[in-house]
Amino acid sequence: MEIFELGKIGLLIGFLLVIVGFWGVLQQKNIIKIIVSFTILNTGINLVMVALGYVKGRTAPIIDDSVEQIGNHNVLNAIVDPVPQALVLTAIVIGFGVTALLLAYAMKLFKAKKSLDINDFNDLKW
Amino acid sequence: MLRNLLIAIVLASFGFIFYNLYQSYEPQTELTGIAAHYAENGASEVGAANLVTAVVVSYRSFDTLGEITILFLTAAIISFFLKLSKEDEDKIITHRGTSEILQTASALLIPLIYLFGVYVFINGHITPGGGFQGGAIIASGVVLAIMANPNMTINHTVIIWVESISGVSVILIGVLGIILGGGFLDSTFTGYGLGEFGTIFSAGTIPVIYSLVGLKVGAEISNILNLYQKSQKEA
Repeated sequence: MEIFELGKIGLLIGFLLVIVGFWGVLQQKNIIKIIVSFTILNTGINLVMVALGYVKGRTAPIIDDSVEQIGNHNVLNAIVDPVPQALVLTAIVIGFGVTALLLAYAMKLFKAKKSLDINDFNDLKW
Repeated sequence: MLRNLLIAIVLASFGFIFYNLYQSYEPQTELTGIAAHYAENGASEVGAANLVTAVVVSYRSFDTLGEITILFLTAAIISFFLKLSKEDEDKIITHRGTSEILQTASALLIPLIYLFGVYVFINGHITPGGGFQGGAIIASGVVLAIMANPNMTINHTVIIWVESISGVSVILIGVLGIILGGGFLDSTFTGYGLGEFGTIFSAGTIPVIYSLVGLKVGAEISNILNLYQKSQKEA
């Protein structure tokens, strides 16, 4: 089992980013920092998904000259898995939507209490 | 103290799960199942050199329809959420002028950024890129424009019309797929050919759909930015 393999590195960094994102969401007090942590978490999951589709020694799923060099005119032997990449495209767009909504909420919250500290919003705390 | 302990426990359990996943991960050595089908038949069935685009816009075009619906929903919810009252809407606030460097650079860069965004979504089926990426690049040009000139207003009517027309056109092309192709959102029309592989005019309706998606995404993100900018008027 080789450590310095692109798929493994991507997977490892992705998992680390997920953990960093969770830490930020749970630990940070500032709402903007929490939103940034959410985007880090999102990026980590996307990286894990792309890394899972990686096949060693192959090129991007775009049929051009490099495919002919690597796969000897056979696309099947030349490209990495295109399906996770397509799913990640969807996930990125949804992540964008979630971030935009979170920022709008943050603006409203700031207007309500003139503060971005999460501890000032204790209406639902018991 | 207890809180930090609980956070540490949560993170440690995530670390444990991820470590086991990482240990048991076996890299793929060849494409299997549906991916192999896409790789083998993508070029002949859809005609797009970029197989990710072929998957997103043709094989799984409902994904794309769902994505543009989600973006539309986001813009709608934000506009509902950040709605200004009548007197706030008419209020005029003037911001401090920005630096000379930013203004000069933005005058040079913004047209190039728009051009690059259009390039990315027109070439989405032959190079890395596509409608969402191109739309996001166009919106980044809008961000730069707002940063260089905070007093500018974005024309709301133009944005709404671009967004509506491109959104409706995507659906209409999808319906056209029922009549001329194999089903709703089918990108290949029978009898019209796929065009020469690897050129801009290839892959059926994919360039048209992706250009419309790019315009729609660009307009939608600009709309969200416009709402953020206008909500500063609320005291």
